[in-house]
Amino acid sequence: MITSSSPQPRNYLNVAYTVSSWLFTLDHKRIAILYLLGITFMFVIGGLAATFVRLELMTPQGDLLESETYNKLFTIHGIIMVFFFLIPAIPAVLGNFLLPLMLGARDLALPRINLLSWYLFMIGGLFTIWAILAGGVDTGWTFYTPYSSTYSNTYVMATAVGVFVSGFSSILTGLNFIVTTHTMRAPGQTWFRLPLFVWSMYATSLIQILGTPVVAVAILLVGLERLFGIGIFDPSMGGDPLLFQHLFWFYSHPAVYIMVLPAFGVVSELVATFSRRRPFGYAFIGFSSFAIAVLGFLVWGHHMFTSGQSIYAGLIFSMISFLVAIPSAIKVFNWTATLYKASISYDTPMLYALGFIGLFTIGGLTGLFLAAAAVDVHVHDTYFVVAHFHYIMVGGTVMAYLGGIHYWWPKMTGRMYPEGWARFSAILVFVGFNLTFSPQFVLGYLGMPRRYHVYPEEWQVLNVMSSAGASILAVGYFFPLTYLIWSLRYGPKAPDNPFGATGLEWKTPSPPPTYNFDEQPVVEEEVYNFVPEDTERKPREERGEVPHARA
Amino acid sequence: MPEHDGALAHQFHDYGQQRRAAELAMWVFLVTEFMFFGGLFLAYLVYRYRYPAEFALGSQTMDVVLGTINTLVLLTSSLTMALAVHAATVSNRRMLILLLWGTIFLGTVFLGIKAYEYHHKYVKHHVPFAGQEFHAEPEHRLGLATFYNLYFLMTGVHALHMIIGIGLMLVLVVAAYRGGLTGPRSIVVHNSGLYWHFVDLVWVYLFPFFYLVAARGGGHG
Repeated sequence: MITSSSPQPRNYLNVAYTVSSWLFTLDHKRIAILYLLGITFMFVIGGLAATFVRLELMTPQGDLLESETYNKLFTIHGIIMVFFFLIPAIPAVLGNFLLPLMLGARDLALPRINLLSWYLFMIGGLFTIWAILAGGVDTGWTFYTPYSSTYSNTYVMATAVGVFVSGFSSILTGLNFIVTTHTMRAPGQTWFRLPLFVWSMYATSLIQILGTPVVAVAILLVGLERLFGIGIFDPSMGGDPLLFQHLFWFYSHPAVYIMVLPAFGVVSELVATFSRRRPFGYAFIGFSSFAIAVLGFLVWGHHMFTSGQSIYAGLIFSMISFLVAIPSAIKVFNWTATLYKASISYDTPMLYALGFIGLFTIGGLTGLFLAAAAVDVHVHDTYFVVAHFHYIMVGGTVMAYLGGIHYWWPKMTGRMYPEGWARFSAILVFVGFNLTFSPQFVLGYLGMPRRYHVYPEEWQVLNVMSSAGASILAVGYFFPLTYLIWSLRYGPKAPDNPFGATGLEWKTPSPPPTYNFDEQPVVEEEVYNFVPEDTERKPREERGEVPHARA
Repeated sequence: MPEHDGALAHQFHDYGQQRRAAELAMWVFLVTEFMFFGGLFLAYLVYRYRYPAEFALGSQTMDVVLGTINTLVLLTSSLTMALAVHAATVSNRRMLILLLWGTIFLGTVFLGIKAYEYHHKYVKHHVPFAGQEFHAEPEHRLGLATFYNLYFLMTGVHALHMIIGIGLMLVLVVAAYRGGLTGPRSIVVHNSGLYWHFVDLVWVYLFPFFYLVAARGGGHG
């Protein structure tokens, strides 16, 4: 990776090259890189499963796959993408790397716990991969009882163990971030001088520590029922399968916010930097993360409108679900207000951020359709729901994750990514994404149920559009995977602060030394204090970047 | 840059910061434990509401004397633990070791009594899972099975936490013999104490939930 013969300053990457220096590292930056490798691998597996799903759905007949194989593929796609990509993606990679840097700290408060959480993640991942290789699991990512506890004959236990173990990884990451934010801030760095990314990570961590233990106990109960016949969910033994849904969604609805709150944090940083402005309504953006975290714990019943729960409970859940729109809208309006008459530059991370704002808005607004109990009965378990949550998770979280990866790539690796290719693939991702998922709204409204692979012929056009979009999306994801690896060797050397951003992470060399800062930084001004006349920022060519071919 | 000796981890500036971080981490961990048990308590709530009569019946088959003794044993172990934390803070190594052994002893007594109660339930065919023969009147069968399921589940998870706690205490005893738990490292004893008290607190709820549901008229068993 280091090609020049001139002596490099010591940084966290070149301090040691042995395998054990990586596997036993306590450095949060190296652990972030380990996570990056782990979740990228998982993303590829989950993406492959989705590829087969979209291929099968090209035709109305079930001709490519048998029903059971299809069930296993969408289950694998869901479990891998939710538990092993979306939930850890931004916190465990970007959060791990950036939180101590943003706080002016040498490391997270609990470096050993941090390494432990990576190992738990990998052990959980290996269990799940083993379950897939051994024969797969077909319960859907939701593990609904009594299917998962009584009827399914697939590798439910191995997958459940995988999810259970990786849940503790998530808990420990949240715990670590909370303790770090409280105890490791630089002198002078008050809460209102924190970057918004830190606020959103903190809100995410709250959900991780409050929600994850509940899904852990739900999965434990499913496991005990399968192994020993402790019939907590089995009606023939006095139990109630609906209790599982309550316990599961008590975590898994807030888990949606574990996936999207970090994305809000990334987008707040990107919007501020590339419009060179303090985010409009800083405190509102910060507190709205907490509002979402709190409200998120009170809306799980909107997944159960058709489960036979009391209609009064349904009404309350519906109302509170509508309330989530308020803090979400506060964020969108504030980002937009930040852009108003700002000096915007359309670097790749900003393209992703703008894409995020649009797609998240669509995802959020269609969420309101689903929050309305009457409409939900019509579109429940249809592709409308599938489209909605993919707009949030893929259009939202994955876009923000890619934006963040590009934005902090120079800091993480010391190399610039190729801007032309990056912009091209950002646009590809946006186009491919919309082509994939917007037809699914229509399909769902027309009544196509999720998790079926045989459908009436009149829906083929929309399904083919969706599959075609998925192929574009796949190309859009393949490019960054390629050129980012390429940039490790051939990318131009990155300056300390290539985007003229504020924040402590840009005040240390790229890549940072092992203990992050040569001297303890002291914070004397608020964050996002952009100087009016840009003195640091230079045209792209002067930053040492190769002018790119027009894409 | 501050001096770093063996007891101060590299990421901290001073012992105060390290202590604050360690203690906050323990409290946050206990919050996650609280939520973990919370899921089980929710299950208890749901089924007690559904099967009130059977929960009363089931509770009458519990040995309330042994349950009370166990509650006293566990509360006393919390006292020895609290005193051990104090001994570590004032660097009284002899006292610390003595009190840790006391806590381990009481914790083991608790588990012993619990094991005896489990055995008793096994003998009386009150175990509704793992293919055991389960004796109950047909009209109460489902409710009683749920009661015993929850009893074994919740006290079992609690006992597992006790075993982990006792393991933790054994590690502390070894460290204390080596003289490694005084000064800045006393936070380890403090945090273990927090964990122990939490586990104790869970039992304070489990005891009435399973042993004291029904007002007792006469004999039981």
